[in-house]
Amino acid sequence: MNMTEFLQANGLVLLGGVAQGLIWGVMAIGVYLTYRILDFADLSVEGTLGLGAAVSAVLIEGGMNPFVTLIFATLAGMLAGLATGVFNTVFKIPPILAGILTMIGLYSITIRVLGGSASMFIADNRITTGLRSVLQSWGIFPKDYLNNITVTILGIVILVLLICFLYFFFGTEIGTSIRATGANPHMARALGVPTSIMVVLALVISNGLVGLSGALIAQTQGSADVQLGQGSIVIGLASIIIGEVIFCRKDHSFGYKLSMVVVGSIIYRIIYAVTLRIGLKASDTKLITALIVLIALAVPVIKNAIQTRSLRIANDKKYAGGNADA
Amino acid sequence: MLKLIDIQKTFNAGTVNAKPALRGVNLTINDGDFITVIGGNGAGKSTMLNMIAGTYACDGGRIELDGRNITDLNEVQRARYMGRVFQDPMMGTAASMSILENLGMARRRTKRRTLAWGVRKNEPEEYRQMVKDFDLGLENRLTTKVGLLSGGQRQAITLLMATMQRPKLLLLDEHTAALDPKTAAKVLDLTEKIIREDNLTALMVTHNMRDAIRLGNRLIMMHEGRVIYDVSGEEKAKLTVEDLLKKFTEASKGEFANDRMLLG
Repeated sequence: MNMTEFLQANGLVLLGGVAQGLIWGVMAIGVYLTYRILDFADLSVEGTLGLGAAVSAVLIEGGMNPFVTLIFATLAGMLAGLATGVFNTVFKIPPILAGILTMIGLYSITIRVLGGSASMFIADNRITTGLRSVLQSWGIFPKDYLNNITVTILGIVILVLLICFLYFFFGTEIGTSIRATGANPHMARALGVPTSIMVVLALVISNGLVGLSGALIAQTQGSADVQLGQGSIVIGLASIIIGEVIFCRKDHSFGYKLSMVVVGSIIYRIIYAVTLRIGLKASDTKLITALIVLIALAVPVIKNAIQTRSLRIANDKKYAGGNADA
Repeated sequence: MLKLIDIQKTFNAGTVNAKPALRGVNLTINDGDFITVIGGNGAGKSTMLNMIAGTYACDGGRIELDGRNITDLNEVQRARYMGRVFQDPMMGTAASMSILENLGMARRRTKRRTLAWGVRKNEPEEYRQMVKDFDLGLENRLTTKVGLLSGGQRQAITLLMATMQRPKLLLLDEHTAALDPKTAAKVLDLTEKIIREDNLTALMVTHNMRDAIRLGNRLIMMHEGRVIYDVSGEEKAKLTVEDLLKKFTEASKGEFANDRMLLG
């Protein structure tokens, strides 16, 4: 099968992976900010994603412009991050537990937001429906691809804006202080950085992005669901780790690293789509996710072990040779 | 300038592991003092430094800076007055940030952080000169991540960071103890030079008695959470290692000076 045939056969799967990967990439960047920059494994993400989706869905049903609902979804996510931050810095609850508290609390809150039910359909007034009809009117895209192209364009625009914003923000005094807080809190405090405030701020920004991502996911798939965030932290980590293992070195710039998180997210989605295509069930995907993360984490360790082993073998040969001479 | 009045600190108070670290420390540090601090393990030297820096809250007593009560200020609030270099070379710098960014952080020690750039356009040139003056051979590697530097280089950078924004008080907590002898000597030379040139007030904990005698204008010895010996000027200049050992043996009532005290 040549490339053209392959693309014709699987193009929709690939494009679908890219589209989903971009939208979920917004969440992965949020996870990156806490997990990598702040060194804080924040599980509130699992609740925040669904909350963002619910807020957006409810507001759209209430007649609000779908773009404007993104702002409110982001704000809702920020509030969730604020809660986790306060739990951790004021009440000294360890990061994992602080995140879990927010996560389970948000489950109930999200159902409240959805008016008592666990999920909600969003009628046609979505960003994607609007954008789709514009693209359709140009008449240059094949009909089958239109949905995914719409989401891809939306995702790229949002991510470019987002990565630019974060790139500049983390170059400011406050942004640098957040990075220093994550890298070395002792040093940060000795240099007058109020580390507690930085932790809260980073959690607020991170969960704001996750809320935004939830809203985008809800609008693209046409529904919000309280279960949406389930397993999302692992998906976020998978995206980060895939991006890092395949593309990153330590000395790469911050903007590049953020972009690679998104690429990791896309690769994750493509693998995910392919596994479904080769006949696995939707319920198998959690196992696949766990395996992807496991493999991505194991690869560097195995690489290292092989290197050490080959060094040792070379070393053994050298000394064995010496003995033979003696 | 800085006054410690009857400072008390007990770790794990109220448990079987209660450990009194400071039992009423009184010390007045004058402007321009360069004080070396010696004492055995567990004498309370590092605890005293950490109490001054605000890392731990006092159980009792009062700390005054220029007549102002700073006892209730925390570590972050006191950071604007103090520059610190820790024993562990990893502790004073952020490994994942460049030399430039670390210095930029230090430059802003005394001010509130805003959304202005973390490192402004004119700063790299200024820092290049400072790093060059330190003779570390790093002036052309300012964008290198600090994590890639050696312990000695990191400690020298930390020293630069602690002093680039003139501190009221420089706190050095055995800052050369983790370095090899040659590197330690170099960092110590830099320390002496910068304190002399900028006329800084400094407190330096050390286990090396020769350094303690050779450097600074004043020496204090601590034992079991108290200052037991405070000597300055002429008298200090005439001290010998034997004098200090004798003093220490007297203080510990015959307990022999421990191994680390004997080194040097």
